[in-house]
Amino acid sequence: MLEADNLECVRGERRLFAGLGFRLNPGELLNLQGRNGSGKTSLLRMLIGLLPPENGEIRWQGESIRKLGDDYRGDLCYLGHLNAIKEELTPLENLLAAARLAEENLSEDDALDALEQVGLAGREDLACKYLSQGQKRRVALARLVKEKRPLWILDEPFVALDVAAVDWLAGIISGHLQRGGLAVMTTHQQVDIPAGTVRELRLS
Amino acid sequence: MLKIILAVIGRDLKLAMRRQADIVSAIFFFVIVVSLFPLGVGPEPDLLRTLAPGVLWVAALLATMLSLPRLFADDHRDGTLEQLALAPHPLGIVVTGKVIAHWLVSGLPLALIAPILGIQFDLSSKALLILTGSILLGTPALSGIGAIGAALTLGLRGGGVLLSLLVLPLYIPVLIFGAGAVDATVSGLGGEGHLSLLAALTFASLGFAPWASAAALKIALE
Repeated sequence: MLEADNLECVRGERRLFAGLGFRLNPGELLNLQGRNGSGKTSLLRMLIGLLPPENGEIRWQGESIRKLGDDYRGDLCYLGHLNAIKEELTPLENLLAAARLAEENLSEDDALDALEQVGLAGREDLACKYLSQGQKRRVALARLVKEKRPLWILDEPFVALDVAAVDWLAGIISGHLQRGGLAVMTTHQQVDIPAGTVRELRLS
Repeated sequence: MLKIILAVIGRDLKLAMRRQADIVSAIFFFVIVVSLFPLGVGPEPDLLRTLAPGVLWVAALLATMLSLPRLFADDHRDGTLEQLALAPHPLGIVVTGKVIAHWLVSGLPLALIAPILGIQFDLSSKALLILTGSILLGTPALSGIGAIGAALTLGLRGGGVLLSLLVLPLYIPVLIFGAGAVDATVSGLGGEGHLSLLAALTFASLGFAPWASAAALKIALE
């Protein structure tokens, strides 16, 4: 269970939001909406613990995430608007290195399977710098296929994807919710998540 | 913990091998700067022997500096640094791995090539040995201290110049004891004392610098 209580965000001189709170139970998805610059990404960065809130507290399973530290980060999977892949490495090496650095077990077969699901079969040994923008995004998204951590925080996951990939990703997110996972995401697109409870939070 | 450090080293070495131009250019920089001195100063063996420790060490400092700005910048630009910061272990451990990998591709090659360059300065074989040893012992400290500067200047425009201004003064103790060890050997005093102090500097900076860098990186990521 993820709870946020009375959060306040100040960037520079501007206060983006204050008094923001929500509670997210297993199997629920929180969809953040709002104009550009309304503080969606800032809120996500607070939730992953990289940006300390000006005021308020975020709790995971009832404990403050600040106190949980490494234990919280072990339950968290974050996908930012940057792909976090290395151009010099191949998609396969990228997936394996990311898993190893996050202390997750990912076998080579699982990684190959994940790449096949995102439609990169046959390209797993090609350095990522030769891939298109959308394909790089797919490499980043391939991390989600075998992801077992309960809390997903996704910043604009549908950007640069074609229609088929948008449906595929919506399916992956529903699967995660069905397994009792939680997700917070931002998107400007209308996307149907077939399963789980979708809640909306509008920042203005 | 060791597993994470090894994973970071493995990844960074693989990246460095795919981008060899960076390593090679730093080594060539070192070779050329050091080789310019005998050409400029003239062929007087006594003078060259006196100059050698300082010249080799200053060139090693500058060559190490060359690759520092990219230590965290690449990871920052493509978002991997965020992922590293979100991993379920302290960021300081990751930085330790990155510092060791940086030393393996920048400090270690300099130490291996230094004795060959030292011949140009008519150094005795004992002095060459101490020279290699001092660079081998001292360059990890350079990578460690440099990581603090690289983390503090991460994301700043013109960060490269600021980085040198921040880091070069901190390199002074390493330079003094490193060059001093060779100097003392050339003059027959024995450089062991200097080498011990150099080793102490290296251990202190490898223990402390990653955590200071990690704190600076967290500020840069906010």
